[in-house]
Amino acid sequence: MDVLNKVPVREQEPAVRAANFEEVCLGYNEEEAMAEAARCLNCKNAQCMKGCPVSIDIPGFITQVKEGNFKEAYRIISRSSALPAVCGRVCPQETQCEGKCIRGIKGDPVSIGKLERFVADWAREHGIRPECAGEKNGRKVAVIGSGPAGLTCAGDLAKMGYDVTIFEALHEAGGVLVYGIPEFRLPKQEVVAAEVENVRALGVKIETNVVIGKSVTIDELMEDEGFEAVFIGSGAGLPRFMGIPGEQAMGVFSANEYLTRNNLMKAFLEDYDTPVKAGNKVIVVGGGNVAMDAARTARRLGAEVHIVYRRGEEELPARREEIHHAKEEGIIFDLLQNPTELLVDENGCVKGAKIIRMELGEPDESGRRSPVEIPGSEYVMEADTVIMSLGTSPNPLISSTTKGLETNRRKCIVASEENGATSKPGVFAGGDAVTGAATVILAMGAGKAAAAGIDEYLRNK
Amino acid sequence: MYPIVKREKLADRIYLMDVKAPRVAQYCEPGQFVIVKVDEVGERIPLTICDYNRKEGLITIVFQTVGSSTERMADLKEGDAFQDFVGPLGCPSDLIHEDIEELKKKKILFVAGGVGTAPVYPQVKWLHEHGVECDVIMGARNKDLLILEDEMREVATNLYVTTDDGSYGFQGTGTAQLQALWDEGVRYDHCVAIGPMIMMKFVCVLTKELGIPTVVSMNPVMVDGTGMCGACRLLVGGEVKFACVDGPEFDGHLVDFDQAMQRQRQYRTEEGRAALKLQEGDTHHGGCGNCE
Repeated sequence: MDVLNKVPVREQEPAVRAANFEEVCLGYNEEEAMAEAARCLNCKNAQCMKGCPVSIDIPGFITQVKEGNFKEAYRIISRSSALPAVCGRVCPQETQCEGKCIRGIKGDPVSIGKLERFVADWAREHGIRPECAGEKNGRKVAVIGSGPAGLTCAGDLAKMGYDVTIFEALHEAGGVLVYGIPEFRLPKQEVVAAEVENVRALGVKIETNVVIGKSVTIDELMEDEGFEAVFIGSGAGLPRFMGIPGEQAMGVFSANEYLTRNNLMKAFLEDYDTPVKAGNKVIVVGGGNVAMDAARTARRLGAEVHIVYRRGEEELPARREEIHHAKEEGIIFDLLQNPTELLVDENGCVKGAKIIRMELGEPDESGRRSPVEIPGSEYVMEADTVIMSLGTSPNPLISSTTKGLETNRRKCIVASEENGATSKPGVFAGGDAVTGAATVILAMGAGKAAAAGIDEYLRNK
Repeated sequence: MYPIVKREKLADRIYLMDVKAPRVAQYCEPGQFVIVKVDEVGERIPLTICDYNRKEGLITIVFQTVGSSTERMADLKEGDAFQDFVGPLGCPSDLIHEDIEELKKKKILFVAGGVGTAPVYPQVKWLHEHGVECDVIMGARNKDLLILEDEMREVATNLYVTTDDGSYGFQGTGTAQLQALWDEGVRYDHCVAIGPMIMMKFVCVLTKELGIPTVVSMNPVMVDGTGMCGACRLLVGGEVKFACVDGPEFDGHLVDFDQAMQRQRQYRTEEGRAALKLQEGDTHHGGCGNCE
């Protein structure tokens, strides 16, 4: 075997998987994992760890995988991460741990993500759980939101002995892992529910169907229910639309709605009541990971799918792996194009989009070349479904109902990057509620930092 | 789980239930709504809160069966439970924030249509308990579909009942009844209309002409109900609003009803199909026009 090349990971054939919702990537088996682990140079000054927002001891766990000590490898990972089976699947490793891997200077970096996933899956299949906390200290902490930030923060606090309750607005725990990321990238029952169960096993209580700011406010939790500290990990929020004519037509969805119907409400399964319009020809506007998820979902529901994005291939914000998978599955990329109007038929249903071609102009202050319309280049693309995937703006439910909680110009909650502290004593925050839409692992990093911040705050209180 | 402590059939396909949900009952106010999910495979269904008992932790809901999730809700008995029940969602009715003495000076009218009578009731009751008088017009297609008439009579100053077919009370719509009252010289300063969108639309057309500020409670398709999905977006005064977080109550004279009604129909085919399939069971042969 050539040490310069990584052990390839098995995947479902593109033509097969484009018609089912089963997981695309099949992961390594024991032999493959051990072979890939053997490529790790076990660097003394491990660069990969510096690229990991939750600082997993990467050379440490890979050494154990190489020796076949998978249980020990799991123990090492779970010291730092509550959600390894999730992170192994959805982290942008290419810009984090793997992006810094010395092997990557000449050849492929070690497939750290696939190894992490292997270890977490192996542990789950062998019934191995993270180690429980020692002494309980009886002090109550509330965590708002059961997404990556909340689960991580809650897990860490429980390990330190705190009595933690997570409040989740939806009917199922997991946040974006459940409503946003599709089954074919992140199996819900097998992976997400199992990792949530691991957090519960640490002693964390999860109360679903509680909307903080409506059912009860943060002030009430602290004054009436005895919570000494609160972590806000409530996620991103309200979907953005373009503000062009025709957006209110039937058949026009936010990516959030389209994905929530499919993922959380399982509209793609016959037995479930919630409907979704599959569409025959679908336009997805946007180029991020959420756009890829929406496009690949529509493809699996049987549609011809076009991604319309105003910048070029290089500028697509989605992970390369997602773009590659989308292309393999037959999704058509119409780049340097932007809708200017949605066309509506006499019944109020969308029937297409007026699209203008763009070219990249001079770089702006941020260094990104901004797209400029090419006059007279408009054309009409027919479609019966349009999915807007343009990002989100913060949900005001919590900030507007919590006294003394500072928000910034973009209405995100202001919190310290170091320890998650907000302007309100005892209240900490992290994840998309603070940064705006970002990644699972950054939210987990923020949850981790806030758990340490809360611990320090309560010790000194 | 959220147990049902009382179940009552109010009319054909219309049911009232008291559900134990202490977290919802603790801080809810008139005008807000809940989302219920009957079981694992059920849809998330928004329902306006019809009454609440903080001490007992109870919420009263009223619903009409329209699809397979609501059919299964109707099959639940006292002692059974909803899998999920979340709220209160949305903003409370503006009326409860107004100065009581100011409200007492106003002549307030409620126009309720069909199942919309249920969410009107707690508002009228709240005003009544705070010593504010108000009149109510409540209507339904026919006598058998009228709900909560006795309850409403206890709290309304004047109650006008209408049926489309004249089988009971005034023959005609709530809008026609309002016109008739106006013609007799009755005047109002404020109107709240809750019911089917088509009814709210026509009440608003009339009240705009008569110069009566009117509040409506919108009930569009929703998924999460917390502002995340945007399914419930409406045009209000030319601006996009989310009914779940900005509403559900809006200035009726600014709502684009035609578009809202169109959007309401988005999933009608699937809903109807599911209902028909359930009713016909094994004998379903494609009469819905959508099956092969």
